[in-house]
Amino acid sequence: MTNDNKPAQPTDLMFGDDELERRLAQTWRTPAGVWGALTTVDHKIIGRRYIVTAFVFLALGGLLALAMRLQLAQPEARFIGPDRYNQIFTMHGSNMMFLFAVPVMEAMAVYLVPLMVGTRNIAFPRLNAFSYWIYLAGGLLLWISFALDTAPDVGWFAYVPLSGPQYGAGKRADLWAQMITFTEVAALAVAVEIVVTVFKQRAPGMSLDRIPLFVWSMLVTAFLVIMAMPAIMLASSTLILDRLVGTHFYNPTEGGDALLWQHLFWFFGHPEVYIIFLPAVGMVSTIIATFSRRPVFGYLPLVMALIATGLLAFGLWVHHMFVVGLPKLGESFFTASSMAIAIPAGIQIFCWLATLWGGQPVLKTPMLFVLGFIVTFVIGGLTGVMVASVPFDTQVHDTYFVVAHFHYVLVGGAVFPLLGAIYYWFPKISGRMMSETLGRWAFALIFAGFNLTFFPMHILGLEGMPRRIYTYQPEMPWAGMNMFVSFSALILSLGFLVFFVDVIRSTRSGQIAGENPWGASTLEWATSSPPPCFNFRRIPVVGARDPLWSQPEELTVAGGLRTDRRELIVSSVVEAQPEASESSPRNSIWPLLAALATTVMLIWSIFSPWAVIWGSIPIGITLTGWFWPKQTPEDES
Amino acid sequence: MKAGAAVVLFVSAILIAGCNGAQSALNAEGAAAVQLKHLIIGIVVVCSVVWALVMVVLVLALLRARTPRESPSSESERRMGKLVTAAVAATVVIIAGLTIASFYATRGLGMSEDATLAIKVRGQQWWWQFIYDDVDPAKSFQTANEMHIPVGVDIRIELESSDVIHSFWVPSLAGKRDLIPGRQNVITIRAERPGVYRGQCAEFCGLQHSHMALFVIAEDMAAYQRWAAAQRASSVSSADPEATAGKALFMRKPCAACHTIRGTEASGSTGPDLTHVGSRQTIAAGLLDNTRGSLAAWIADPQTLKPGNNMPMVPLSSDELRQLSAYMESLK
Amino acid sequence: MPWEVSREFFDRAFIAVAFLVTLGAAALIGEAREGRQYRTDPTVGAALDELRLMPNGISGTPPEIYFALGKPYETTAYDLSQGKRLYSWFGCGACHGDGRGGRGPSFLDGWWLYGPEMVSIAASIRDGRPHGMPAFRDKMTIDEIWQLAGYVQTIGAYKAKITAPSRNDDKQTRPAENRAPAAILFDEGPVGPNAVQEPSH
Repeated sequence: MTNDNKPAQPTDLMFGDDELERRLAQTWRTPAGVWGALTTVDHKIIGRRYIVTAFVFLALGGLLALAMRLQLAQPEARFIGPDRYNQIFTMHGSNMMFLFAVPVMEAMAVYLVPLMVGTRNIAFPRLNAFSYWIYLAGGLLLWISFALDTAPDVGWFAYVPLSGPQYGAGKRADLWAQMITFTEVAALAVAVEIVVTVFKQRAPGMSLDRIPLFVWSMLVTAFLVIMAMPAIMLASSTLILDRLVGTHFYNPTEGGDALLWQHLFWFFGHPEVYIIFLPAVGMVSTIIATFSRRPVFGYLPLVMALIATGLLAFGLWVHHMFVVGLPKLGESFFTASSMAIAIPAGIQIFCWLATLWGGQPVLKTPMLFVLGFIVTFVIGGLTGVMVASVPFDTQVHDTYFVVAHFHYVLVGGAVFPLLGAIYYWFPKISGRMMSETLGRWAFALIFAGFNLTFFPMHILGLEGMPRRIYTYQPEMPWAGMNMFVSFSALILSLGFLVFFVDVIRSTRSGQIAGENPWGASTLEWATSSPPPCFNFRRIPVVGARDPLWSQPEELTVAGGLRTDRRELIVSSVVEAQPEASESSPRNSIWPLLAALATTVMLIWSIFSPWAVIWGSIPIGITLTGWFWPKQTPEDES
Repeated sequence: MKAGAAVVLFVSAILIAGCNGAQSALNAEGAAAVQLKHLIIGIVVVCSVVWALVMVVLVLALLRARTPRESPSSESERRMGKLVTAAVAATVVIIAGLTIASFYATRGLGMSEDATLAIKVRGQQWWWQFIYDDVDPAKSFQTANEMHIPVGVDIRIELESSDVIHSFWVPSLAGKRDLIPGRQNVITIRAERPGVYRGQCAEFCGLQHSHMALFVIAEDMAAYQRWAAAQRASSVSSADPEATAGKALFMRKPCAACHTIRGTEASGSTGPDLTHVGSRQTIAAGLLDNTRGSLAAWIADPQTLKPGNNMPMVPLSSDELRQLSAYMESLK
Repeated sequence: MPWEVSREFFDRAFIAVAFLVTLGAAALIGEAREGRQYRTDPTVGAALDELRLMPNGISGTPPEIYFALGKPYETTAYDLSQGKRLYSWFGCGACHGDGRGGRGPSFLDGWWLYGPEMVSIAASIRDGRPHGMPAFRDKMTIDEIWQLAGYVQTIGAYKAKITAPSRNDDKQTRPAENRAPAAILFDEGPVGPNAVQEPSH
């Protein structure tokens, strides 16, 4: 960084603001047009794309839910037959869990984490681009199969033997299993990038105890992804092997075990819901701090609670298997651990309440969604404590009670904060404010519609209505409440419609936002809205938590990065002392090509095992192209 | 206010109506279900109180904000810290209490050692096979979808599956237990009062998971013995000419290839045992009430009533249908 | 900058439209595809029963309706799967084993006594054959007979079909149907159970 002997190496110390911006834009820009769109490695463009795609999947999944509610509104209705209905609820669950919930949280991280830690791009930018294309391919695979009437029809958790070779006819379950491979590769890629960005690319001075809470939550989430995804990849791969090749992993007569699937799946499946929930926790902490006009109460307990939740999340999975006939002692252990995870959740709730108590809450739309989160998530968490008890669970497992519980924790605990986060960060992403009026309407309709739709399901479950049924008998006392729930679902959909309308309108004609319309404290608000392609003119130096509140006038900055090639600062893990300037890759077409090759191989392998051999050749070629030195200026770095 | 009261009334009406449902966990009639209901109500009450407290604090925190304040002092932060710690400690105590209550309930619901009657349940796509085995093979019999048990006695239910995972769940009597191919699970049920208890398969098992109900009919010991004796006997021969013609038809058509009627040549094992089908309350796993009309409708077109189930639609003329339904009805 | 935002909007709109058009096209293809048939219309069932056999009964042509329906039962995974269940439910294994034969001929030796066409297999099942194959016309519906015929044809197929069922959740005795098992055992040559092949009148 201090090469005094070499002349004429342009660094950001040499130029004034305007000239610096011009040069950095030249170095970091994404070219216009289709080629630029296909080759970009800018985390902001990729993050935006990811978020939009995930919300498209949310809308599609919501339509599936409306179809289900239409069918269930009346007993013995004939709108949707059993085969289609089974496909619909499998699609709804798989879409929401694999194509919406996890990707959207990772997408928010892809956009925000580099800005929040004060760096120019995410780590491994080409892997980031690859991850998006793989995700898109997996989503298209699943939805095109639905359009072709070969969607998986075995439930989002695809228990064997129903999804096995004998009872799962056709390629439906194979398509499901391969979609898992696509989305989990994408998720793992982003998780690795987040860990490296957070650990090694922080702005100088941003020691571990000064990282924003959202970044902490994404760091813990990324570790959960890395630890949990291999279990589901193993499960889905062994399922394809059983179905395609004739192995006996899940065949009891030949030494396999139907329960092995359940253990493998839920070892992933439980951390999966925390992968969805923890980023929302980070969003809540951020929004509550900004709109209470004070730093969050209890930074250290909140971080500890995040880590504790992440660790405990791996010790709960058997609570999904309380009725399969496992030994009582084992089940009781999992009751204890499942109840215990309520304690870190409680710590978080109490710290947020304390923040509100000691602050001056401003009830703008993001804050409204956070308040809605507190109301709904506490209900969901408490019903979680209920189903954590083995005897209680033997009555409500696989009934609408559980459906109510997980929608309360997923919608209340993750979607509400996400919607609030969209309202909060939309000005930063697009440069325009969303409408406060429409926001309030969206919140009111969604909050009321959600509670009216899902609260009665607790009662339906206790009254004996099982899950995943496409119809029910007229003599059961469920018809009235099901009709009520179906109507309330319309209110919920209307709320989401208002939200989508608001997003689209605000993109084109929203009020122009400044750099920091909310007066927030984290680093992403220290640059323009939307941020320039290089994120920050000069890398800020951080001296405390909440940098914009501790240095409201002007931030201290660090200098010395080159302007003629893409460089960012690599800093130490704990104290964020700058260690080196590292080059960041330029735009490249190879991630797209590698994703195409991988897609071809994975889809082909649904039909023939030889695909793994022959399909690896194009992948090898594209990876070679990816890593081949390109004679760019970054190579000298 | 009026709207609020109306909502409360509406919800209470639904709740009360639900409590009378024959398939409700809150309508507990079995020993196990009663214990579970007490646990359920207890935990729900505790959790509701916790939620209400959190809401009170939330509302107060928002209302407090009306008076402008300076940024919090370190003393007020410390006080807040103590309150939060106290709240966390209270949470730990409550969680521990709920865990211990759950442990005690689990212990109380253990397997009974002195069950005199054992019934084997085999789950099929999409019906229930009940096998009443006896040491004397001549006294063993099978039935389908409707199980009779004596009241006040522990019954040992052995759960097996012949295809995919199902779940045996009669909420009024006990919690559920899965039927998993390759292993045998055991559950104990005990009805305290005579009655008809409806249950349903509670693990997604394919196309007709929705239509896989079962009935457990608890009766006093004498009535149960009478029922069991009647079930053990071979099929009834009816003198009615339509029923006799129906019986000949049954043997000639594909029916006998899949169904068993003890005392005749029909000995198929793919479909339910029909030896005493006329004595059951419902047919097709709880789909239809057992009347001659519904029997005829079911035989005529099972695929429209229960699409995807394994009973094919056999082409029959209206005379044949009438004869067959007469025969089925006569098999009391 | 406003113009950047509107270009982003155009990009997004383009992506959304492309996505919807793809799905729409797929949906159209899906509509055209034959869905799973659980219920054979009685008239269709009666028509499927009219196998057009040659005078010696060995083989022939399927009824017109078979072609009108697009030759189902050979290519629908659901029907092949059901056929496999019917194979075990109706005790075919008692004579034909797991396909390798026993008292009855093998399906896995690459040799078809009456020809590999669907119609001859269906005729064998429906009408029976000399030397011990019973007639199942009174024990199964014609729809089930066709499903079983499709499955039997798959057992002895020379090449694996994409839609062939895989292994059973049972004891493994031979490779799964989707691994083209017949080809593995072809070298052993035909092992018919009876040297005399004509029908015994």
